[in-house]
Amino acid sequence: MDNAQLIAVLASIVLQASPLIIAVCGEILTERSGVVNLSLDGTMLMAAMLAFVVGMKTQNVWLGFAAAAAIGALFALIIAFGSIRLGQSQVAIGFVLTLLGDDLSAFLGQNYTRMRGVIVPHYGIPILKDIPVIGPIFFNHDIVVYFAMALIAVTWWWLNRTQPGLRLRGSGERPTAAFARGVDVNRQRYFYTILGGALVGIAGAAFSLNVKIGWSDGHIRGMGWVALAIVIFGGWSPIRGAFGALLFGATKALATVLQRAFPQVSVVAFNSLPWVLMILVLVAVGSDYTERFINAMPKSWRRPLRRVLRISPPMALGTPFHEG
Amino acid sequence: MTKAQNGGRAWLVRFWPVVPIVGALIFTAVLLMLFGASPTESAQALWTGAFGDRNKFLGVMAFWVPLALCSAGLVITFTAGLWNIGVEGQIVMGAVFASWVALRMTGPSWMLIPMELAAAMIGGALWAALSGVLKTRFKVNEIFSGVALNNIAIIISLYLISGPWQPPEGGTFRGTAPFQTAALLPRLLESRFSVLSFVLTILAVVGVYSILRGTTWGLKLKALGKNPYSSFLLGVSSERETILAMMFCGALAGLGGAVRVLSWYDSLRQQISGNIGFLALLVVMLAGYRILWVPFIAFFFSAVLNGSITLQLRTQLHSSLGGILTGVMVLFVLLFGSARQLGIGLPKETIGDPSGGAPPAALSGDLEGGS
Repeated sequence: MDNAQLIAVLASIVLQASPLIIAVCGEILTERSGVVNLSLDGTMLMAAMLAFVVGMKTQNVWLGFAAAAAIGALFALIIAFGSIRLGQSQVAIGFVLTLLGDDLSAFLGQNYTRMRGVIVPHYGIPILKDIPVIGPIFFNHDIVVYFAMALIAVTWWWLNRTQPGLRLRGSGERPTAAFARGVDVNRQRYFYTILGGALVGIAGAAFSLNVKIGWSDGHIRGMGWVALAIVIFGGWSPIRGAFGALLFGATKALATVLQRAFPQVSVVAFNSLPWVLMILVLVAVGSDYTERFINAMPKSWRRPLRRVLRISPPMALGTPFHEG
Repeated sequence: MTKAQNGGRAWLVRFWPVVPIVGALIFTAVLLMLFGASPTESAQALWTGAFGDRNKFLGVMAFWVPLALCSAGLVITFTAGLWNIGVEGQIVMGAVFASWVALRMTGPSWMLIPMELAAAMIGGALWAALSGVLKTRFKVNEIFSGVALNNIAIIISLYLISGPWQPPEGGTFRGTAPFQTAALLPRLLESRFSVLSFVLTILAVVGVYSILRGTTWGLKLKALGKNPYSSFLLGVSSERETILAMMFCGALAGLGGAVRVLSWYDSLRQQISGNIGFLALLVVMLAGYRILWVPFIAFFFSAVLNGSITLQLRTQLHSSLGGILTGVMVLFVLLFGSARQLGIGLPKETIGDPSGGAPPAALSGDLEGGS
């Protein structure tokens, strides 16, 4: 493989990872406020279908994105309402919506499978795209990919450097303390669940209008679960999450490359690579053995190692909050 | 409060559980009308598809068997506070293990069939144990290990179909060659239904009922599901019970997988699980985590889903309609099923528990924490 090919592969990894990055940033906002939106797989399927159909009918790709954001927000609203107002299990509602989104997308999209629709136009950023190596990898895509990149920075900044971000984290870490400081915890949770859901919807549209163009039954089934796992792998940080999404894209690209290099090795080994990797990273970030490994290292290494290897979820994640 | 008012409210509370069900039916009817189909005709097609003749009914029963088996197993894991989404992969591994015996061994039926069923139960249990160990030892949430293991199990089955187990005349990648007749479960009247598997399912349901009702293990599981920390303090080994509960469910799911290859089909096919594992999760939720409701809800699901295949043949509408009807029903029941939660009806203490079995407390939160 020569350099030009390598750059093409890396650029395709960035493109492939862009919807996952958007979904991961959305889910991070939701979970940092203390709510789990487990419905990502169904939400993204619904959004991908709706974005494709609306885009095709109106011949306007951005209306497709708007429709996708709306359906994502609606699914998220059901979870927020069900868990905050009605006090039901977030996981149960999220799981039912996962299956329902899958079936509904198959039914509503049944007359639109394998058709040509609209796609996001290519737009290389002037000057930046001509930088050697970095240019073609990062800056020769389209608006959606740049949106994903910007979203990483904005989400990080919002969470860590702004007042509203502090209130958001307060609601997810110590809701009682945040409440005592005058934060309306449940309102925060409603807001960020819906906002996160809208982003997840946009991620679904980014698949059907930009990355895996078109619609068919079960189009991007499984991607929502991958996004949920990446949120954990990324330790609820948008930067690490984006890294995880790129890593996932790289594994898939690597599988294709390895397949060509070693045709005698079964296709199974390569196809299961991302899933095996998913289990391994969850083991790595969660288990006590990692802690032991860190403690066996020289003292000066421990802090940076722990920062890289250990993660902890928002403390009030998935637990309902009652005022007073 | 006057007596009449009181009576009216009690009536409302009593019949409240019907409201979400009716809501789901209306939702589906509207969806049908949007696609230009008549809801009454569709309902009729659904009914004939499920109960139109003897074979259709036996088809519903044949689909019911693995669904009820998995649901029964899931009642155990739900009681222990576990979200065993990996049940889908456990069905696949059960099917794979049963197929291995069916393809590689020869012998009379009375020897082969018990071996196949035992192998399937072992396969499913081992696959489930993986999730259990990952949770207790490595703090990987069972939902995520389950999703990953489901995909890996499906990939393994596809590999076997397209590789070592492909039919001698060349693989179509759709399935293995049909098994020897001695390896198949005896079926009733040319249908896909086997009486033996029905008996085993009833035994499984009764078994789960007695475990939860009258054994120490059942009590331990309940304690674990209600409050993992205090049950730990009381000396219930959360690790042991978690893994055992997973394996119990995995064994039943594996048995379901065996029924899929040995009586629904006659070979190992692609998508062997037929989504039954995920459906079973919905069944148990709709049953309010109560084992005695499971067989009936599973029967309803089986009828709707089998009927919607006929619906597709007749009206050209996508067969996912059955999944939509059942999914919306579960969603509405989850959201609006409990009159008390909505603040409808009588004050708290006079309501006779309209929601029935509440989910174990540990299910509502603790998504990322491990045990």
